[in-house]
Amino acid sequence: MNSVDFLLWVRGPGLAIASIIFVFGMTLRMFEIFMLGRKKNLAELRSSGVKEGFRTIITRSGGVDTYTTKRTMFTHISGWVFHLGLFTAIFLLAPHIELFKSFLGFGWPALPTAIVDLATVIAMITLLAILFHRLTNPVMKFLSVGQDYVVWALTFLPLLTGYMAYHHLFFPYTWLLGIHILSICVLLVVFPFTKLTHAVTLFTSRWYNGYMAGQKGVKQ
Amino acid sequence: MSEASLERGLNDLKAQIDAPVASFFSSCVHCGMCAEACLFYTETKDPVYTPIHKLEPMRRLWEQEYTLLGRLKKLLGLSKVVTDEELEEWRSLVYDSCSLCGRCTMVCPVGNDIAYMIRKMREGMSASGNAPEGLIGAATRAIEIGSPMGVKLPALQAQVRHAEKELGFEIPFDLEGAEYMVLMSSMEIMNYPEYLSAIAKIFKQAGKTWTLSSEAFEATNTGIQIGSSDIARELVSRIVNAADKLKVSTVISPECGHAYTAIRWDGPNLIGRPFDFKVKHILEVLDELREQGLLKTEGFENAKMTFHDPCQIVRRGGVIEQPRRLLNMVAKNFVEMEDAGTMNWCCGAGGGVSANEDADELRIKAFNRKKAQLDEINVDILVTACANCRIQLEDGLEINDMDIPVVGLTEMLAEHLVETNKTEG
Repeated sequence: MNSVDFLLWVRGPGLAIASIIFVFGMTLRMFEIFMLGRKKNLAELRSSGVKEGFRTIITRSGGVDTYTTKRTMFTHISGWVFHLGLFTAIFLLAPHIELFKSFLGFGWPALPTAIVDLATVIAMITLLAILFHRLTNPVMKFLSVGQDYVVWALTFLPLLTGYMAYHHLFFPYTWLLGIHILSICVLLVVFPFTKLTHAVTLFTSRWYNGYMAGQKGVKQ
Repeated sequence: MSEASLERGLNDLKAQIDAPVASFFSSCVHCGMCAEACLFYTETKDPVYTPIHKLEPMRRLWEQEYTLLGRLKKLLGLSKVVTDEELEEWRSLVYDSCSLCGRCTMVCPVGNDIAYMIRKMREGMSASGNAPEGLIGAATRAIEIGSPMGVKLPALQAQVRHAEKELGFEIPFDLEGAEYMVLMSSMEIMNYPEYLSAIAKIFKQAGKTWTLSSEAFEATNTGIQIGSSDIARELVSRIVNAADKLKVSTVISPECGHAYTAIRWDGPNLIGRPFDFKVKHILEVLDELREQGLLKTEGFENAKMTFHDPCQIVRRGGVIEQPRRLLNMVAKNFVEMEDAGTMNWCCGAGGGVSANEDADELRIKAFNRKKAQLDEINVDILVTACANCRIQLEDGLEINDMDIPVVGLTEMLAEHLVETNKTEG
C-alpha cells in the first residue's frame, strides 16, 4: 500500500467505520445509563431541581470553595487550558470545518491557522504537564490505571500528528495526513468504551448532581 | 438483620445502581480532586482515602453488570470479580473514613455525587456482612430497644420530670392534635437534656402546641448510617405511625444531622409514599417563629463566636441561612469560618463514624481540619446544631487542649428569651 492508497482508505472507509462505531457505541452507552432509570423522589421538595441541574452544568466548571480550589489549582487551570486548546484544534481549523460541513451540511467560521496552530502547541504542552502531574502527584499516581495512560496517548497523538502534518515535519505529507486521520479513527473507536465518555456524560452527571441538591434547596 | 452473604450483598448493591450512578462512573477521569475535599485525606495525606477510590468494588460491579463491554469481559473471564475479602478490606474505606459529608460531591468537576454512591455502597456492604461491629450493635439496639444508645422511654420520662421541675410547667406527652411533634436524639436525652428545656421554653413563649410521643421519640436512624433500607424504613415507620396517630401537622427533627436526612429526605422514599405531615429541622421552625415575631429574645452574647455547620443540615439538607439569622438575634460578635455554609468542613464523626469504634483514631485525626479552621479565627464559643457534631467537637477540642465551649444554638436562644406571661395558654 502506498501513501496515497493509505490516505484514501483512512479518510474514506476507515473514517466511516470509526464514525459508525463511535455513534453506535455512544448511543449504546447512553442507553445503558438511562435504561437504569431512577426512582421518583417522594419527599416534599424545595424546588423541582431542574433549574439547579442546568445551573450546575455551568457552575461546576469552576472551584466552589477556598481550601480545595487552592490545592487543586493546577488541575483546574490545566483542565481549562487543555480543553480549550483541544476544542480550538478540533472545531476551529478551516480544513476540519470543511470535513464537518461535508457530514452535517453546514459549517461555521474558522480561526486563522496560526492561532489554531498555537492552540495545538499549548494543548500539547499542557497534556505533557498533565501527564507529569499524573506520574508525580501521589493521589493521581495512586488512582491511575492503564486506561488513563492509554487514553492520554490516544488524545495526544492526533494533536501531534496534526501539528506534524501541517508543518510537514520529518515525514512525507501524505503519510503524515494519513496517520493523523488514522489516529482520530482509533480515538473515535475507543471513545465510547473508555473514560473519554466523560465528554458527554459530564453534562448528565453535573445535571443529576445539581438536580438532586436543588431539590433539597442546596445552592451551587 | 437477615442472613448476610456475599451473594445478597452483591445483589443488593446491583439493585442500588441507577442512572445517576452509571453516569457518574462513566464520567470519572481520575483527576483526584475529590481527595483534597475529603478531610480523611487532607489530614492523613494517604491517597487510599480518595473518595472515588472508596467506590472501586461498586464501580467494577457496575461495569461487569451494566455495560456491554464489561459483560463481555466477565463472560471471557477477563474481569476481576468482587470478593468477600475485597469488601472486608474496603470496610474501613466505606465506613471508617467517610462521614457522608458530601464535600467531594460539591467539588467533583464532572459532577459525581460521591456521597450518594457511598450511601448506596453501604447498602451492599451491610447485606454482605461487611459493616463494622459498632454500627451493627447500634442498629440492633435501635431496632430492639428503640435507640442506638439503648435509651428507653423511662430515661426520657426521667429527663422530662427533671425538666418540668426546673421549668415549673408540664411537658406534653402524646398530645393529640398538637401542631408539632418533637423528636430527640439519644445523645440529647443522655448528654444534652438542656435541649428539651430550651424548646419547652421557646414553644411556651410562642404559644404553640407541641408534644413528645411515647411511641416514637428517637430521631436518629442507624439504618441510614449502616446502609440498610430495611432498618431505616422500620425506624422511620415508627415516627410516621406516631405522627399519624397524634395527627400533628409538623414533625421536628432535633439538633442532629443525619436524623434530618433520614426523616426529611429519605423518609418518604423509604416508606414509599409522601407524608401527611411536614418535617422540619428545629432551626427551620425557630427561624419561622422569628419571622412571625413569636421568638423574642433580649440581650446579646459579647463573646466572639462561630457556627459549625452540620453537613447533613447544610450541604445535604439545604438549611443554610436559618442558623445565621437566628445567631444574629443574640450574638454581637459572630464570625464565619473559612468556607462556612455549604462548603464547611465536617467535624469528622458524621455518617456513623462516631458509632464505629474502628474509626476512633481516624476520627480524631480528621478533627484536625476543624482545629485548623478554628485556629484561624480564634473564637471564644463554638455554636452548632447537631448533638453528634457537638460530642466530636468537645472530644477533639479537649484532646487538643483547646478551651472553647461548644453550645447548641437552640439552648443559646432559649437563654435569651424575653420572660413574659402574656403568651401563656
